[in-house]
Amino acid sequence: MAVTDTDPGGRGQTPPPSRADRNAARRRRLRSVAGTLLSLALTLLGLLLVTFIIGRVMPIDPVLKVVGDRASQAQYDAAYQAMGLDRPLVIQFIGYIGDVLTGDLGRSISTGQLVIDDIKHVFPATLELATLGTLIGVSIGVPLGVIAAAKRGGIIDQVARVVALVGYSMPIFWLGLMGLLLFYGILGWVGGPGRQGIIYDGMVPDVTGLILVDSLLAGDWAAFKDAFSHIILPASLLGYFSLAYISRMTRSFMLEQLGSEYVTTARVKGLSETAVIWRHAFRNIAIPLVTVIALSFGSLLEGSVLTEIIFSWPGLGQYVTKALLAGDMSAVLGGTIVIGTCFIALNLLSDILYRVLDPRSK
Amino acid sequence: MKHLLTPRALLLASALAIAPAAYAETPADTLVIATDISDIISLDPAQTFEFSGNDVNRNTYDRLVDFDPLDMEAGFKPALAESWEVAEDGMSITFTMREGVTFHSGNPVRAEDAAWSLQRAVKLNKTPAFILTQFGFTPENVEEKITFDGDSLTLNLDQPYAPSFVLNCLTAMIASVVDKETVMANVQGEDMGNTWLNTNEAGSGAFQLAAWRPNEAVQLTAYEDYYQGASEMKRVIVRNVAESSAQRLLLEQGDIDAARNLTPTDVDALGSADGVKIQDEPRGRILYMGLSQKDELLSNPAVVQAMKHLVDYEGITGSFLKGMFKTHQAFLPEGYLGALEDNPWSYDVEKAKQILADAGIEGGTITTKIRDLREYVDTAQALQASMAEAGLTLNIEQMTGAQVLDAYRAREVPIFLGEWGPDYSDPNTNAATFAYNPDNSDEAQATGLLAWRNSYAVPDEMNKATVAATLEQDGEKRAQMYRDIQTQYQQEAPIIPLFQRVENTGLQENVQNWNAGGSVTSVMYHQVTKGE
Repeated sequence: MAVTDTDPGGRGQTPPPSRADRNAARRRRLRSVAGTLLSLALTLLGLLLVTFIIGRVMPIDPVLKVVGDRASQAQYDAAYQAMGLDRPLVIQFIGYIGDVLTGDLGRSISTGQLVIDDIKHVFPATLELATLGTLIGVSIGVPLGVIAAAKRGGIIDQVARVVALVGYSMPIFWLGLMGLLLFYGILGWVGGPGRQGIIYDGMVPDVTGLILVDSLLAGDWAAFKDAFSHIILPASLLGYFSLAYISRMTRSFMLEQLGSEYVTTARVKGLSETAVIWRHAFRNIAIPLVTVIALSFGSLLEGSVLTEIIFSWPGLGQYVTKALLAGDMSAVLGGTIVIGTCFIALNLLSDILYRVLDPRSK
Repeated sequence: MKHLLTPRALLLASALAIAPAAYAETPADTLVIATDISDIISLDPAQTFEFSGNDVNRNTYDRLVDFDPLDMEAGFKPALAESWEVAEDGMSITFTMREGVTFHSGNPVRAEDAAWSLQRAVKLNKTPAFILTQFGFTPENVEEKITFDGDSLTLNLDQPYAPSFVLNCLTAMIASVVDKETVMANVQGEDMGNTWLNTNEAGSGAFQLAAWRPNEAVQLTAYEDYYQGASEMKRVIVRNVAESSAQRLLLEQGDIDAARNLTPTDVDALGSADGVKIQDEPRGRILYMGLSQKDELLSNPAVVQAMKHLVDYEGITGSFLKGMFKTHQAFLPEGYLGALEDNPWSYDVEKAKQILADAGIEGGTITTKIRDLREYVDTAQALQASMAEAGLTLNIEQMTGAQVLDAYRAREVPIFLGEWGPDYSDPNTNAATFAYNPDNSDEAQATGLLAWRNSYAVPDEMNKATVAATLEQDGEKRAQMYRDIQTQYQQEAPIIPLFQRVENTGLQENVQNWNAGGSVTSVMYHQVTKGE
């Protein structure tokens, strides 16, 4: 997606573009947008195809999930036909794509509900958690990485290294349980498993599906505090893991910049260390950092299955995993579309930010 | 930015935001339960066949006859039917409906509703339909076979079944009475309201369905006009919490009243906790070992006998299955008519070795598939160790439940370790699957019969005895018939019942009259109270 049509002559000497040039530029832009859209569609299609094939070759019988272990052969056959499994795979896939294009994601066999309704419910839960987790990861991870690079070998660098190492290597399952035990069980600082306390269950009107936002929209401060007390621990846990990654990446990007000549020049010119680090070096790492953050956010959006299980968080990760194990392909494919779209959107977003942040790409 | 978002500032902000961390006990009129409800796929009583779905329907619907949660020993009792009469020839049963009972919609509960509900279940022919169709009802004949007239309802049977057999089946969730008018108003095409009832409710039970969010929660509210009197609990909230340790924490913190999926470790830990109690209740599920008779080694009767002595019953129920199971070596669970309390086999490797040596068997290897649930895998590993002592090698392949089930139904699991839960509260539910297999050929495709899945050619006389027991009119004689079948079964069958499931519910001290349904039915909330 790199921009190749930059003007080699430099801005100052360029004559005003003629109408033909402007038209040509517009056509190029249109072509580029169309090309982007086409590649997006193809990516999604490929993703769905692979998921579909994996789902169909898995040795799990989705019909059994529907009719249960005790069904007679006649009931089994009836369900088999009703689910369209008697048709050739290619026809099934084409039929599915046709349905998707008309907005019909099918019905989940593991919840009995429309997949679109399930996703409307589970995705906001994951989105809320992943967003807060990423915010925590970025707001601590980036400064930590920068300081660790600036004070290389110092105490903060050592601490950052240990923090990242622990973040990488500690099983999330264990850390989550210990967190619950300490902050909920012993200290009572945070709410327990689930998105809300029992008395708030179903009390906040569902607008966006994000409880933090919905409770604010409803002006229900108590419900907001309750929801916050439930989300802060799992979000911190996810935040910790993205922090570990982001801080290490930030550090290595910064080290590269701090060793370059322009930094030495800036220092020689007598700029303060703060200005050198934040105004000069940090600006230059913003671009690769955006990609790192986008990727980290994307991986959290897939849903962190273990975190969701420990915290009884009804999110996308748990939903898709359960569906996969039940051979519930409509739900798995629906989840794949959402995750795929998120990743593609994040990629696009980081491309756009790339252009905004990098003056050379203008 | 770096000044605003320091870790310390963030920590302070979060501490302020969540300062009032007062997690008191649940409201006095609300029952809060943490359990795994991810198995619910439908709430239509004509279709629901999962544990958690039945748990909901048990409380939102009533049936013609039902169990009294405070007197389970008594068996089925009059419910929506006030009384019944069995015809002299045993070919029909006529029920008289109770007067003055209303559905949640306010509509009266009539014999017409009851007849239509049973007809509907037969016509829809979903998985649990066999509980009714085994009496000769078919989608074609059911309107003639199940009739109503005023306040009476008649079931015309195709054989003179034991009345206890028929009435026990009517306590099953599929026999729930639905509000015909409400359902008819929500019919889509030919579905008889199935799509609507999958996520809604039209019953007369002690609770109304307020909300069901899959994988998240079920909310019930008390039905104030319930014919047995409104429940003391005005709200029941069932939260999906899959993790035992999370359930335990919630219980210890007083955020829930009942935790239903506790592991032995958490049960032990809660045993010494203040304000919390553990209630043990034998449930209907039997953990058994099926030895496929297609396997050359396992089809040797000596190996079958030896295997019965290679299970460390006491060791297993005293360690990793502690509290979750108790030794039970007959196919009818305790609590069923004709249940057998004898446990004839004990763990005895030397005896097993002797049996194998007498039969001239010098070792052998078996590779089997085990579902990746801790209790099955641990049991399989214990078995593996004791088999090794007796010179037999067991290789274990772990896989998901769905994968094992697929293979089992295709008769491809040499040693199956897993549970069987009764489908209804009559002994025939287990007898007809453990001890009945009229055609053992592959072509028969009797995938629903455990005997067939294990390729066990049930002897003719046992097949006949199992059928005869469904027709015996005398209750005591019938019970004895089942005891006899089980005794014979213990002597020769290659399907070996090992343990019966015990549910350990963690409860707040003040929760009274909790009843998970015993071995015969599902959980009941109507009688639950919360003291001081």
